[in-house]
Amino acid sequence: MKANYGYMDGSGEFFITIDTDSCIACGHHGCVSACPVGMFEIIVDDYDDEVAAIKGDHRKKVKYDCGPCKPVSDRPPLPCVTACTPGAISHSW
Amino acid sequence: MAEKRKEFWRWKEYNWHDESMNPKDADLITAGVDVGSVSSQTVIMADGQLYAYSNMRTGSDSPDSARKAMSWALEGTPLTMGDLAYTVGTGYGRVNVPFANRAITEIACHARGGNMMYGPSVRTILDMGGQDCKAILCDDRGKVTNFLMNDKCAAGTGRGMEVFADLLAVSIEEVGELSLDVEEEPPPVSSTCVVFAKSEATSLLREGWPKSKVLAAYCSAMAHRVYTLLERVGVQKEFAITGGIAKNIGVVKRLEKELGLNSLKSKYDTQIAGALGAALFAKALVEKERKQAAAQ
Repeated sequence: MKANYGYMDGSGEFFITIDTDSCIACGHHGCVSACPVGMFEIIVDDYDDEVAAIKGDHRKKVKYDCGPCKPVSDRPPLPCVTACTPGAISHSW
Repeated sequence: MAEKRKEFWRWKEYNWHDESMNPKDADLITAGVDVGSVSSQTVIMADGQLYAYSNMRTGSDSPDSARKAMSWALEGTPLTMGDLAYTVGTGYGRVNVPFANRAITEIACHARGGNMMYGPSVRTILDMGGQDCKAILCDDRGKVTNFLMNDKCAAGTGRGMEVFADLLAVSIEEVGELSLDVEEEPPPVSSTCVVFAKSEATSLLREGWPKSKVLAAYCSAMAHRVYTLLERVGVQKEFAITGGIAKNIGVVKRLEKELGLNSLKSKYDTQIAGALGAALFAKALVEKERKQAAAQ
């Protein structure tokens, strides 16, 4: 399942997509410790699978919470994307 | 003397049960309770068949709304709470359903409910709820494969439509039909903010636009708003709409035109999709528990 967390408003579309089918097979969940603001958590989803998700209190402000990892120029690789060895995480912006 | 103000946004609350069925003959009675931000529904199923449901406005207290929706669904039936083998809570207030055995997100429940309402061919479900909008892709068993939810602003939600019904003094149930009563489609109002859209609409009324034309402009904006959401997940055939806005023909027709697709129609009430899915989950969970117990 592709779970899109975030929002779209007048300023654009801001979604973090987690491919939970890839998450199920991941044993270490590096995303949780890699995110400097602790946006990720491991949950048991509706189908009883252990997967990564964005915490509820971050979902409506991902644009701002991800800001420090996304400088305007010389953007380094995103820590969450780098830490996710199954390649399950992507950002829309 | 103060004028008594009519609440044009207020939609009709109702309950229903199938009088041709005797639920006491059923082996398994399950229930789903969907406590949404604007409306609450309870669905009761007897051996996987829809038996009863209620649909009412959510109050300020989620547990109380869940209890009321359940009581109303049971009203007039021979069933009591004690007959329910398993209850699943869903929706915005799902964790506050005091008598639920489990809480499941409305995304999974709408996919499951939509699968029953529209058949296994449905792949894209758009749930236009009271305060959010969800685009869901699912497989032939009603399992979610992709979802996207927008709950950051009221544009594209039922609450936005209620604001317009009140502004224009048109009953919420007549908004859709009236919006189609225009000779030419007007340009849409702001699709990103209900407050801005309301300001625009007030200006248009001052310019002399008839109510139908203003409503057409808002329905069009709403259709475009949800279209962008659907575009992001990628619409797959067959396509269906659930939630209260599915009853607004003005938005549905404009969205269908923008998508170039007709939405599936169902004999079921579109507002019960979430609760129906929850009741189906409840049935599956009881059967799983029974199977596990029999294996031990």
